[in-house]
Amino acid sequence: MYKILYYVNQFFGQIGGEDKAGIEPEFHQKSIGPAMGFGVQVKGQAEVIGTLICGDNYFNENREAALEYIMNVIKEQKPDMVVAGPAFNAGRYGMACAGVTVAVQEQLGLPVLTGMYEENPGVDACKTKVYVVKTGNSAAAMKDALPVMGKLALKLLKGEEIGKPAEEGYLPQGRRLTVIADERGSKRAVDMLVARLYDKPFETELPMPVFDRVTPAAAIKDLSKATIALVTTGGIVPHGNPDRIQSASAQKWGKYDVSKIDELKGDYYTIHGGYDPVYANEKPDRVAPLDLLKEYEKEGVIGKVFEYFYTTTGTGTAVGNSIKFGTEIGKELKEAGVDGVILTST
Amino acid sequence: MATITTISESVGANRIVPTVAIPYPVGNPNLNTADEYNLRKDMVGRALKGLATEIEETTQF
Repeated sequence: MYKILYYVNQFFGQIGGEDKAGIEPEFHQKSIGPAMGFGVQVKGQAEVIGTLICGDNYFNENREAALEYIMNVIKEQKPDMVVAGPAFNAGRYGMACAGVTVAVQEQLGLPVLTGMYEENPGVDACKTKVYVVKTGNSAAAMKDALPVMGKLALKLLKGEEIGKPAEEGYLPQGRRLTVIADERGSKRAVDMLVARLYDKPFETELPMPVFDRVTPAAAIKDLSKATIALVTTGGIVPHGNPDRIQSASAQKWGKYDVSKIDELKGDYYTIHGGYDPVYANEKPDRVAPLDLLKEYEKEGVIGKVFEYFYTTTGTGTAVGNSIKFGTEIGKELKEAGVDGVILTST
Repeated sequence: MATITTISESVGANRIVPTVAIPYPVGNPNLNTADEYNLRKDMVGRALKGLATEIEETTQF
């Protein structure tokens, strides 16, 4: 009989609602809340040996202390697996489930499982590392989630092969695995096309990325009074690359004073490793058009070109780093009172 | 300002100016100096116009 330890928040742990979200973690040697329903799903093969409960605020505000307590309980109780949630669309609970499952898997090497609604911010915090069963967005989906979690938990405990996300009910982890297909690619593609033409169901083998949606910023009311900043991912840097920005998979960005020059040509070149640098090195303004922004400034079309030019390399750069760079640069520009930004990419 | 505008859209850019080519987005070394200048000036002008235009959804300028 496999032993499972269960993690829930203060609400599902039946301690209380938002007023109890600050409670420290505690351990009970019995099944509480969803742990009971989960136990029914794995009956006969595994049992829940106890329930960890922690307030969502406490976990997120005292992550290290909470994890220390939780990890100590797990080490003492020696379960074969840890299951957390499901957290549905509760963000702080999702972040806690992600924190617990990732820590247990990485530090103790135990199989773990959680469940969340796909838009829960906790999903991005753990889906590439652990299995997250896809659930509805509220606790009303509990009865649908637990059987899927129970089935997948048993497979993980037994070390059985885990099927595709859609078959097993977990959220895609972004992994690409080699599989043997019955038909060759051309036939699969034509079959898919025919199915589509006949309005029959088909499943793509290459899902399109999910597009980020950003609310458009308001228009600049008076360009002739506006400060415009120039930013590029084209790897344009001063000669000698003083900040040693990487030519691929950038780890940092740089900013350079361009208040006293009329063009990048002469002082700048590209260190970008992802395109033919000949044309940019001849005239870096072909990648980041400082010369023309300065002209528009002289003509009075815009008020001012912001004194610093921001740059990084956009090839092979991790999405996480890109988001970080963008947030940091955006914060500086906003604080400096910049009205508009032209971002060029290669 | 980008050449592969579908990527710009995928990361949530709302005001997009399609550009010439990956190694020279805001330029074209195949043109003579005057023609390249006019092309570049026009493209940056469109970017500025985009910043000053109210939009509801992703728009190319």
